Amino acid sequence: MRIALFITCFNDTMFPGTGRAVVSVLERLGHTVEFPQEQTCCGQMHFNTGYRPDAVPLVARFARTFAGYDAVVTPSASCAGMARENHPLLAADYGHAQLQQQVADVVPRVHEFTEFLTDVLGVTDVGASFPHRVSYHPTCHSLRGLRLGDRPLELLRAVKGIDLVDLPDADSCCGFGGTFAVKNADTSAAMLADKADGVLSTRAEVLCAADNSCLMHIGGGLSRRGSSVRAMHLAEILAATEGGTP
Amino acid sequence: MSSRDAVLGRIRTALADVPSGEAPEDVPVPRAYLRSHLEPGQDPVALFAERVADYRATVTRTDRARLAAAVAAALTRRGARRLALPAGFPSELLPSGSWEWHPEPLNVPALNALDGTVTLAAAGIAVTGTIVLDAGPGQGRRALSLVPDYHLCIVRAEQIAPDVPDALARLDPTRPLTFISGPSATSDIELDRVEGVHGPRTLDVIIVGPTRLEHP
Amino acid sequence: MNAPSSRGVVWLGSPAFPDAAREALKDTRLRANLKRATSTIRDKRLAVASELDDWEALRDAAAAIKKCTARHLDHYLVELEASVTAAGGTVHWACDAAEANRIVTELVRATGESEVVKIKSMATQEIGLNEHLAEAGITAYETDLAELIVQLGDDRPSHILVPAIHRNRTEVRDLFAAEMGHWGQPAPEGLTDEPADLAEAARRHLREKFLTAKVAVSGANFAVADTGTVVVVESEGNGRMCLTLPDTLITVMGIEKVVPTWSDLEVFLQLLPRSSTGERMNPYTSTWTGTTEGDGPSAFHLVLLDNGRTDTLADTVGRQVLGCIRCSACLNVCPVFERTGGHAYGSVYPGPIGAVLTPQLIGVENAATLPFASTLCGACYDACPVKINIPEVLAHLRAEAVEAKNGHTAEALAMRAAGKVLDSPRLLAAAQKAASLGGRALARRGTIGRLPGPMHGWSDTRDTPAPPAESFRTWWRKNRENKEGEQS
Repeated sequence: MRIALFITCFNDTMFPGTGRAVVSVLERLGHTVEFPQEQTCCGQMHFNTGYRPDAVPLVARFARTFAGYDAVVTPSASCAGMARENHPLLAADYGHAQLQQQVADVVPRVHEFTEFLTDVLGVTDVGASFPHRVSYHPTCHSLRGLRLGDRPLELLRAVKGIDLVDLPDADSCCGFGGTFAVKNADTSAAMLADKADGVLSTRAEVLCAADNSCLMHIGGGLSRRGSSVRAMHLAEILAATEGGTP
Repeated sequence: MSSRDAVLGRIRTALADVPSGEAPEDVPVPRAYLRSHLEPGQDPVALFAERVADYRATVTRTDRARLAAAVAAALTRRGARRLALPAGFPSELLPSGSWEWHPEPLNVPALNALDGTVTLAAAGIAVTGTIVLDAGPGQGRRALSLVPDYHLCIVRAEQIAPDVPDALARLDPTRPLTFISGPSATSDIELDRVEGVHGPRTLDVIIVGPTRLEHP
Repeated sequence: MNAPSSRGVVWLGSPAFPDAAREALKDTRLRANLKRATSTIRDKRLAVASELDDWEALRDAAAAIKKCTARHLDHYLVELEASVTAAGGTVHWACDAAEANRIVTELVRATGESEVVKIKSMATQEIGLNEHLAEAGITAYETDLAELIVQLGDDRPSHILVPAIHRNRTEVRDLFAAEMGHWGQPAPEGLTDEPADLAEAARRHLREKFLTAKVAVSGANFAVADTGTVVVVESEGNGRMCLTLPDTLITVMGIEKVVPTWSDLEVFLQLLPRSSTGERMNPYTSTWTGTTEGDGPSAFHLVLLDNGRTDTLADTVGRQVLGCIRCSACLNVCPVFERTGGHAYGSVYPGPIGAVLTPQLIGVENAATLPFASTLCGACYDACPVKINIPEVLAHLRAEAVEAKNGHTAEALAMRAAGKVLDSPRLLAAAQKAASLGGRALARRGTIGRLPGPMHGWSDTRDTPAPPAESFRTWWRKNRENKEGEQS
């Protein structure tokens, strides 16, 4: 199986450790991961902010770059959702027949990381060890977009030594919402405050999720409040072994 | 151009994407939902009684022979003495005793002076605990079951439909219908339900026969 | 095309959503009231919806019925007009708010009355009917408890189902004690803030109005094309009073409220109460077909209102919003609404549904911040009983809002520039290097704190990690590219 990693522009720039973690887990499971260098961004920011025409070249680039792979794996539920739901829509509205075809070919092979592990590889125990108290925040795109359900939790439960604690009001949005956090900063901050309260109430050492964007927002809020809770992408927990994090 | 023509014209312009040959029945409507949410073998009458009671209405089950006595017991319990009597209400169901029965026609001020109303019903709905009145015989015009503060409603067991779809199919939409699920209520203050606003604040329902009496 | 100002819907002079929200968020009592109310109703809705294991099938049917109706709206309205007329009613058509107000005013004047009792109705709220009637010397008495609270407080509604959700019981008690006497029967001495006592006060206050009113004005939840039957769903009995006791009934309904057949109600009467008040069935549903000799009003007028709905219908993505049955489930699950309340939306239609309906009714350029008043979290779509994909419509309207500004904004320029960078791995790598250097220069101990300028909104409440020294692609090139080369 030819597996391509779609790192996402945001992780590429800000959270390369998440990409390294994905590579580490997949290699540990015996797979070879490729990283097509022509990849950039799925166009989510442009699409969600109303700049659809500006997203179209990014959709075309995505389809071109990932053509021919059996699986395109990404450690971002929101970027996977963007590709799956909105790339076909943009191709239909702005693209030519060839782009529509390319998009239709690639989209079914785009998988969010946890979904890829559980549904495609059929694995729940990835041989990780992480002896810490952890809470999981199901991001909106994981929960209601991709409907990941319990998949991330099943993976986490199989991690050796983990003390997994429920997050109160887990399914409510953290208030990030991309440019919402800037355009409606006050409302975003109010939602963040409630989410951060929930995290602190768990006494977890680590908060994890399937999207670094939400994690940067929640982690940033926790850090500003002087909390020592660490925000970590779920992939980084799955990559951790008794020898430590890679 | 009349406003009617203007609105219809705008609608037709707005629907330019709908193929001209498409008829309303060409749009598929999936009807995979259940006709009834009753479990197999579940007794609709028992469920109806339970669901009506959930709204804090009082439910009594009785049979035809003991109906007048059940009516008397309910009226006594509520202290309702002066009562509106809908046209066509079976006189044999009226209990003997010191009740004042005020037959239709009754104007609104007269209704407002009464303690309550006793009516029959047109249908019941088990799953939702609903009684339906259609202003037919023994039910009176709609104001009767509205203005007085107490409503005693008599439903025959065979009138109880398992669920909403069957109930609607039994009813005649050309008649004025009132679906009643418990006493008047509101959730307008802090979304907290409290019973009793403008409609009758007390609702008693008597289910008549045929089986499973409370005290057989 | 009508000027938006003739359509009502929004409160003139309302600030843009982010500014209104900022003010609302400072009101800690409001936030406490909203949190309490929305969490109560969420749990109730989930409990009764989960009782029906065919909930999804019901939603699918409802969405399809609404879709079919919208695609053949002219057909169904003509059918409705014919059946209502045959049953003794009179049908009027109104292109916009101004025309609907004129029609209702003339109908009331023709009765010689100067007072009307009203059932809560979004359509009449939308067109500003009460204010218009007041100018014509006609007093409209709101009879729904929450509407009464709003009217007595000279306030604005903040929720579709529970317009006074922003008020708690103590505020309501104080308002009743102070204001009821100015409108009629005063509140009893020593009124407590128990909801049951407050409901009792409302009962006594309005009873005389109900008993003497000659004219009532209502909205409609549904109108059945094939039978001409109109449906009002309510809880308190004020609706029954208004629909039954007066001589004249005037119903104002948006043209999208028509449903094809009587049996279609079997879907909506299961979905609506469970979605709105979280009950298996609401206390009272009234249906009537024209007029009935000896029972209820002898004159029935049905006013069919366009007021921007045909513009909404013309948008093939936005059209689905016309399926809304005004249950307000989307408001109750919305994390934004829960914090800001309804007034921040500046419209009679607040919350997620308001954010997609208001811009379509009055033109997106007149409500340009509303489509952005959402994180696109999707809770509204999950809750919607007629499956309106609100996030989809929000994103669609965002594109329209951007288009309406013609690219002449700083944001548009920035987005275009970002698009150029993101469409080139080489430029992206250069930008990553610059961000790394710049971000690390700003950072103290690995985090970036408060920033001035456009990022202050973000950085006022959040630290940002300093960008790493090397991007993932740089790491890959150093650590994996050569390995791959060796393997092949």
